[in-house]
Amino acid sequence: MQTPDLESLDGIPLDEEGPVFREPWQAQAFALVLKLHEQGHFTWTEWAERLNRAISAARAGGDPDLGNTYYHHWLAALEGIVADKRLVTAEALMRRRDEVQEEHGRLHGHNH
Amino acid sequence: MTESSHRAPLSDVQLRVRALESLLTEKGVVNRETLDGIVDHYENKVGPHIGAAIVARAWMDPEFKARLLEDASTTLADQGYTGIEGSHMVVVENTDAVHNLTVCTLCSCYPWPVLGLPPNWYKSTPYRAKAVRDPRGLLREFGLELPEETAVRVWDSNAEIRYLVLPKRPEGTENMSEAELQEIVTRDSMVGTGQATLEQ
Repeated sequence: MQTPDLESLDGIPLDEEGPVFREPWQAQAFALVLKLHEQGHFTWTEWAERLNRAISAARAGGDPDLGNTYYHHWLAALEGIVADKRLVTAEALMRRRDEVQEEHGRLHGHNH
Repeated sequence: MTESSHRAPLSDVQLRVRALESLLTEKGVVNRETLDGIVDHYENKVGPHIGAAIVARAWMDPEFKARLLEDASTTLADQGYTGIEGSHMVVVENTDAVHNLTVCTLCSCYPWPVLGLPPNWYKSTPYRAKAVRDPRGLLREFGLELPEETAVRVWDSNAEIRYLVLPKRPEGTENMSEAELQEIVTRDSMVGTGQATLEQ
């Protein structure tokens, strides 16, 4: 098995001062986690472990994890923890995802 | 931050976040206003300027510095800086003998209340791995060459403890005001991947 080169930060910008969130969905996912935690749905330790698992899973799937996919891990961990805590089931999430897509298509002329 | 064109189909991640928010809003667990408030806080209110103010004060005020090194959580809470996720804060001081470097090998734990959210490199696997395996080599990648006699100490943050580095006050700053000193304290100098310097 080929091991990724963990000994170099080549290709990762080290001087970036970019925006806190690159896209609105990242900010939304971030805020959802903070709010759920604040309300006591999970501890921060539980969250950190979940996030760690999402990062490991992404790396196992071939993501070199250079920092630019961080909020993808964050979102995957969020979906996992709301299912664990029985706040939202995976099925309900899939259904709502399709509904949101249909609604968006209807409103913006992307019916398919 | 710009919302992508409304004519474009939504991406997979956009759909997933909207679905989550919509279901949790229906359940009365979250609402748009409080979520926007959280985003605004992290986009516009917290950032390295807070850490820089704390460092500059510690450089000027030995009594404050002693309290900060002794019990950062309480000292910072007294100043109104507490973590939304309620973690413990520890401040570690750089000296000629020791250079401190912070990392989170678990995920991306970082002293949010005083530095804001971390840059991408801090969250990357290469940084997290190399900080532990070859901290001196890592610092070299950041352009920081330390003298042989300076030991490098690595602090692994976690969900309960976050570290903030108190950088060395550079020589030649004896006559600078606290406000001027704040200007030379960079984010990287408080993570440990840089130093506070006069030439910037």
